[in-house]
Amino acid sequence: MLASYLRRGIAAGLLAGLLAGLFAFFFGEPTVDGAIQFEEAAAAGQHEEEEEIVSRPIQKVGLFFATGLSGVLVGGLFGMAYSYFGGRLASGSEWIRSLSLAGAIFVGAFLIPFLKYPANPPTVGDPATIGSRTTAYFTMVALSLLVVLGAWYAARRLRELGVAAPARQLAVGLGIAVAVGVLFLVLPAGPDPGEFPAGLLWDFRLSSLGTQLVLWAGIGVVFGLLCERASRREPLGS
Amino acid sequence: MKGNTTLGQHISLGEVPLWSWLLTLLLLAMLFVLLSASGELLAPLLGQAAGIFNYAHEFAHDGRHLLSVPCH
Repeated sequence: MLASYLRRGIAAGLLAGLLAGLFAFFFGEPTVDGAIQFEEAAAAGQHEEEEEIVSRPIQKVGLFFATGLSGVLVGGLFGMAYSYFGGRLASGSEWIRSLSLAGAIFVGAFLIPFLKYPANPPTVGDPATIGSRTTAYFTMVALSLLVVLGAWYAARRLRELGVAAPARQLAVGLGIAVAVGVLFLVLPAGPDPGEFPAGLLWDFRLSSLGTQLVLWAGIGVVFGLLCERASRREPLGS
Repeated sequence: MKGNTTLGQHISLGEVPLWSWLLTLLLLAMLFVLLSASGELLAPLLGQAAGIFNYAHEFAHDGRHLLSVPCH
């Protein structure tokens, strides 16, 4: 069972990753190009020329490689997570369970960290601080996932204890808000965009949000459809 | 039982096979190399050898930025 979920996760991830790449290509790349133009204009006065290891057109091919392979990797992880959590989710169909799990991971692994550390285009952020920024980002991802996991577990326990829905949901909602608030306060601030044009920054961040949304929506939808198809074909087992 | 997707059927944590834990670690490590590894980031750990990660960094550059991971 685990192996078939893993297979479906990888297939869903590959397709979702390529779709996310397509979205990023049309909506994100213009803003990345804009950021690089801004960087070049800002550096025009100085002598320092940045050496180019990989050309821009190749980097745009690399975009599909990066989103496609990311999709395969997170899709595999999603499939394994689903084999563990899928049966524990309250919803009745694999379709809804797949969408719920994808939504929960999207919020924990991307959306909450994104609110604290929004995506930054090239030129924003001092290369000298990449180590601490990377550590802070992945710490935020891990802890946000824990918050989502904890919220789900608490909601389940409270329901088992017979706590009424309004009290249960308020308690869990408040718990999430407090935990996220603490993370925002405790972890270091993100980099200052400085002189970077605010409109371009917003467009870039929006396209980054869209890219991740397409990725996770794609994984949830394709994985759910694959599970539905498998259970229609073999209603009593494989 | 195989492939049966009845609601409520699930494996306990102890029943999760070892290979899936190892595969999880492997996938996370690959994700890190794809999305985060760069010469600058790994230089304190690997020294000069970290430079090869600059190719991964530059090739996956746009994807890293647009997937929201700190890049450089």
